[in-house]
Amino acid sequence: MTDRDLKTLEEALRQSAPLADDDEAVGAAAAVAGRADDAGVLDVAYGTLDTPLGKMLVATTGRGLVRIGLPNADVDQVIERVAREVSPRVLELPRRTDVARREIEEYFGGRRKEFDLPIDWSMVHGDFARRLLRGLPRVRYGETISYSEAARRAGSPRAHRAAGNALASNPLAIVVPCHRVIRSGGDLGGYGGGPDMKEELLRMEGFLD
Amino acid sequence: MAKTLPPFQSFLDEHRGPVLSFLRSMVGPDDADDCFQETFIAAMRAYDRLDGQHPRAWVMTIARRKAIDHHRARKRRPVPSDKLPEQPTHDRTIADRDSGLWDSVRALPPKQRAAVSMRYAADLGYAEIAAALDCSEDAARRSVHEGLKRLRSEGAGEEART
Repeated sequence: MTDRDLKTLEEALRQSAPLADDDEAVGAAAAVAGRADDAGVLDVAYGTLDTPLGKMLVATTGRGLVRIGLPNADVDQVIERVAREVSPRVLELPRRTDVARREIEEYFGGRRKEFDLPIDWSMVHGDFARRLLRGLPRVRYGETISYSEAARRAGSPRAHRAAGNALASNPLAIVVPCHRVIRSGGDLGGYGGGPDMKEELLRMEGFLD
Repeated sequence: MAKTLPPFQSFLDEHRGPVLSFLRSMVGPDDADDCFQETFIAAMRAYDRLDGQHPRAWVMTIARRKAIDHHRARKRRPVPSDKLPEQPTHDRTIADRDSGLWDSVRALPPKQRAAVSMRYAADLGYAEIAAALDCSEDAARRSVHEGLKRLRSEGAGEEART
């Protein structure tokens, strides 16, 4: 076989290869998540939703809601973190996040004041942070508490700095309402989704005018 | 649990195109989707074991295994007894969407078939093909070359240029 024969044949193979185009590959890949879920190999499913404050991400495990991505967060980075801390078996499968997405939609539509969702706390690290965040849903819609009050409720009244850290790393924002913890002087304090978002949420809940 | 594995979604997004093309060239477009699903479900199940290996070669190894399973399953189906044993089993349903040249590829011996498909359908380099076929790079090159020689001797591809 001469080199020219070889080149001709290679060329013919490349040109007539039954290649999958992008759409076809995307379509085939999209079907994997559902099959993986049915086969029991999918550990984390995620989906996104549009809110008045931007696009949010919702990730769930078999145990419940495990991670919220606020509009200012990079989706890829959030998913990478979930892969690292929970399981790398993560796929986009919006139907597994339907309940959480619906409740969040209702919240932003003013039709829901508390969430009724199973929670997977595995992205909350440390006993103190867990105690603190678990207690937050008791701070009602339209109310706020101070950082030191949050620390006191978690059993360490003087740990307001640790309380700040626990709140800043809340992986379940909105649903675990860390935006309802503000500085005692009335200043709103920081927020993972940005200070404007905190203000927006507290206004929506009627705490601010 | 693995430490540095990317989210499986990224892994899937990165390899879906070449894997689907490879499977189409191996089993034809009609059955490629099924093999594709099975490939990635198996990859997900074994994902922790990917550590340190070449990801594309690793998923191609699985895809190739699924294509072989597929061929075996096909062979187990009852066939008319007067069928010529020498005749490669051409699948009528897959012939329509790609040229006769790739039908000839499907009739190559298994290793050559896989090597040629990885090279010209999935566009893999020889290092990746070698890893996927668990052989040396030279052997991978040889398999591709043997495959081409065989195709040429059968006269395949001569009329494939338009």
